[in-house]
Amino acid sequence: MIANLGYFSLLVALASSAYATVMAVLSVRRRQPAWLASAHNAALLTWPLITLASLCLIYLLVTEQYEIEYVAHVSSRAMPTYLKVTALWGGQAGSLLFWGWLMASFAGLAMLRKWDRDRVLMPYVIAVTMITLGFFLGLVVFVENPFARIWQLPSGENVIAMLQPAGTVQYIPPDGQGLNPLLRHPGMIIHPPMLYLGFVSFAIPYAFAMAALITRRADDAWIRTTRRWTLVGWLFLSLGLILGGRWAYDVLGWGGYWGWDPVENAAFMPWLTSTAFLHSVMIQEKRGMLKKWNMVLIILTYALVIFGTFLTRSGVLSSVHAFAQSAIGPAFFTFIGLTFIASLTLLFREWDHLRSESQLDSLLSRESAFLLNNLLFMGIAASVFWGTVFPMISELATGQKISVGPPFYNRVAGPQFAALVLLMGVAPLVAWRKASARQLGRMMLVPFAAAVVLVVALAATGMRSWGALLGFGISAFVALTTLIEFGRGTRARMKTSQENAFTALFTLMARNRRRYGGYIIHLGVVLMTIGVVGTNFFQQETQGRLRLGEQLTLGRYVMTYDGLDEFVTDDDRQVARATVSVYRDARLITQLHPRRDFYFASSQPMTIPGVRSSIEDDLYVLLVDWEPIASNGATFKLYVNPLVNWIWVGGLVFILGTLVAAWPDAEERRRVVVAAGVRVGS
Amino acid sequence: MSQSVATPHVAPVARSGGRAKFLIGGLLIVGAIIYLIATTLQSTAQYFYTVDEIQAKGSSLVGKNLRASGAVLGDTIAFDSSTLTVSFVMANVSNDAQDIEAAGGLAEALHDAAADPDAGRIKVVYVGPTPDLLKDEAQAIVTGKIGEDGVFYADELLLKCPTRYEEQVPAQAQGN
Repeated sequence: MIANLGYFSLLVALASSAYATVMAVLSVRRRQPAWLASAHNAALLTWPLITLASLCLIYLLVTEQYEIEYVAHVSSRAMPTYLKVTALWGGQAGSLLFWGWLMASFAGLAMLRKWDRDRVLMPYVIAVTMITLGFFLGLVVFVENPFARIWQLPSGENVIAMLQPAGTVQYIPPDGQGLNPLLRHPGMIIHPPMLYLGFVSFAIPYAFAMAALITRRADDAWIRTTRRWTLVGWLFLSLGLILGGRWAYDVLGWGGYWGWDPVENAAFMPWLTSTAFLHSVMIQEKRGMLKKWNMVLIILTYALVIFGTFLTRSGVLSSVHAFAQSAIGPAFFTFIGLTFIASLTLLFREWDHLRSESQLDSLLSRESAFLLNNLLFMGIAASVFWGTVFPMISELATGQKISVGPPFYNRVAGPQFAALVLLMGVAPLVAWRKASARQLGRMMLVPFAAAVVLVVALAATGMRSWGALLGFGISAFVALTTLIEFGRGTRARMKTSQENAFTALFTLMARNRRRYGGYIIHLGVVLMTIGVVGTNFFQQETQGRLRLGEQLTLGRYVMTYDGLDEFVTDDDRQVARATVSVYRDARLITQLHPRRDFYFASSQPMTIPGVRSSIEDDLYVLLVDWEPIASNGATFKLYVNPLVNWIWVGGLVFILGTLVAAWPDAEERRRVVVAAGVRVGS
Repeated sequence: MSQSVATPHVAPVARSGGRAKFLIGGLLIVGAIIYLIATTLQSTAQYFYTVDEIQAKGSSLVGKNLRASGAVLGDTIAFDSSTLTVSFVMANVSNDAQDIEAAGGLAEALHDAAADPDAGRIKVVYVGPTPDLLKDEAQAIVTGKIGEDGVFYADELLLKCPTRYEEQVPAQAQGN
C-alpha cells in the first residue's frame, strides 16, 4: 500500500515536472503570463510529492518490508534504525530518488526567491531544472524503481515488478541482505549526501546560465544571482571529497586517503572545473572579460556532475559490458550528450554577444594570473578525465584491458598542482591590469628568502627528495605571502581607523568576506599540501607475522603483539580484535586495537585499523591475518604516515574559509544595489 | 568603484601583439600538459594479460608494464632468505568473469587451473618478504615486467585466497 503510494506520487511528480517544462516554455511563446504561474506552481509541487515518496521508502525500510526488493537489498533486521533510514541512499534506486529529492528541493528554493529583477529568466530556469529533475524521476519510475516488489514464478525464479505479473505469488524474504558494511561508517553516511548536494546545487547556476543564453541576456546578472549557489555547491562538494578521504583512511585499510579511484575522480572533476569557475568569475565581475569562458565552465561543470553520477551509477566502471547491459547507463549517456550539445549550441548562437569589455594589457597582471590558474585547473581536469575514461575507451576500441593507476595521476597532476599552489602565493600580490615586476619582487622577497632558508635547513637535516623539498618550500612561501596579506590589510586599517589589531583584522575580514575567505581557503590548501607531501614522499610500511609477545619495528615505533579476541556481536558480526602495545623511543605510548569484522549477512570482511594519531605522524596498524590459535601468530601491516593530520586540519580550515566567503553579508547586498544604480545612471 | 574606468582605446598594434603573447604562452602550457599526459600514459599504463596471452605474445611484451593473474602452484614456491627473493610458478586462469562463473566460482577456477597440466604456466620472481597468503591455489595478481628470459619480474605481488572469504573489496583497497 505504502509502496503504491510512493510510486504513485513519483508518477505525479514526473508528470508535473513535464507539465512545468512545457507550460514554462509555452508561456513565453504564446505570451501567456498565467501559464507561467501554473508552471511555477507545478514545479513547486514536485517537492512535496518527492518528499512523500522518500518518506514512503524510509517507512518501508524502517518497518522491514522485505517484499520490496530495494528494502531487502540494502537493509536487514539487525541494522539500527538510523542506518535503515540512511539506507535510502545506500543503493542504486534509492540514491537516484534521493538525487531527485535534492534537485526538487533546490529547484523549489530557486522558485521561491525574489524574481523582481530577472523575471524574464524564470520560464527557462523552470524548464532547465525540471528537465534535469524529470530525467532522474524517469529513471526512478521506469528503470530503477525503489518500490518494486519481489514475485515468484511457479518455477521458483524471482521477478521484480511493481504490480503482480500473471501466474506469480508474492515472495517475502525473511530478512534483508543488509547495507554494505563498508558503508556503515559515519563518514560514509554523510559523504554521499554531501557530494549529491554539491552535484545538485550546480544545476541551479547552470539553469540560470542557460536561461540567460536563451533570453539573450547573457550579461553578468546570472553570475551575480547564482554566486551564492555556486559557493554553496562548491562547499558541499569540497566537504564530500574531504569526508570521502577520511572515510577511505578510516575504513578501507590500505593506509591512504586518496586512491585516484574512478569513483573519486567522478567527484573530483566537477570540483576542479567549478573551482576554475569561481576564480574566473572574478575577472568577469571586475573587468567584464571571459564571458564565453565562464559559460563553458558552467556547462562543463554541469556535464561533469551528471557524468559523475553516471560513472558511479551505471556499472560502466566494472566493465564496459556491464554498462551495455544496464538500462540506466545508455540513458545517462544520451542525457549527457543531448544537454551538452544543446548547451554548446546555445552558447555559439550568443557567441558574438559575449564580447569582452576590456582586454588583457600585460602578461604580468592579475588577469593573466587568473588565466594561468584556469589553464592549470583545466589541465588537471583533462588529465583526470583522460585517465578515468582511457581504460574504457581502450577496452571498447581494442578489447585490451589497460589500466592507469595512481602513478599516472601523481606524475601528471602532481607538477600541475605544485604550479597551482605556487601561483596561489604569487597571484594575490599581482596588481590588476599591469603589475610592476620590481614591486612584486619586493613584496615576495621576504617569503621567498624564508622558503629558501627552510629548504636549505631541511636539506641539511638529510632530506634528499627534490619533490618534497620543493613541496615544503612552496608551502612555506605561500603560507607567508598569504599571512603577510592579512598583516598588511590589518596594519592599514589600524592606521586609518585607529582600531586595535584584533578589531582591525576582524573588520577587515568582515568587510571583504570573499577576499579574506578566499585567503583562508588558500591557507587550508597549504596545510593540506604539507600533509600530501608528507604522506606521499615519506610514508613507511612494513609487515610481519608475530607470535604472542614478539615485536615489529618501524621508524621510531616498536609494536608488540599482546593478544587477540574473537567474538560475535549482536548485529551479526564476527570480530577478531587484536591488542598491541606501541612504544616510541622505547617508551610505552598507547595500546591499539586493529580489528577485522566479518559480516555474516553479506559475507564481507572489513579491516579497521588501529591508529595512533599525532600532529607529527600517524602509526596505522592493520590486522591482516591470524592463526586459528591466536597465540601461534597474527600478521600485521604497519604504516607510518607523516603529517597526515595536516590534511584533516587543512580541510577544516578550508571549509571554514568557504563559510566565511559564502556567508551572506549586508555590505555586499548594498554594494550590488549601488553598482546597479551606477550602471543605470551612466 | 570609481577607479575602474574603462579604457576602450588601446593602440591596435599593442592589442594584436598582446594577444599573440597570450596565445603563444597559453599554447605552450597546453602543449606541455598534453605532452605530460601522453608520455606519462605511455610509461605508466598497465596492460592486463592472462598467462596464456603473455606466452602467445612472447618477446613483444618485454619492457611493458603488465598486470597478470594466475593460480599459484604450491610446490614451486621458493624463498631465498639471503636475497629476500620469492619465486613461484602460476598457471593460466581466464580473466573473463563469465568463464570463472561457469567454472563454479574463483576457488574452483583456481583449483582447476592448478590441477590442469596443459594450462599455460609462467615463473614469477618477486623481491620482498613472503606474503602469508602465498600458498597452493591462491590467486596471485602480479604487476611488473617480463624479462628476456620469459620470467615475470613482479614489483607488486597481491594474493587472494577465495577459500577464506569471497573478498569484495573496492578497487582502491587493492591498490597498494
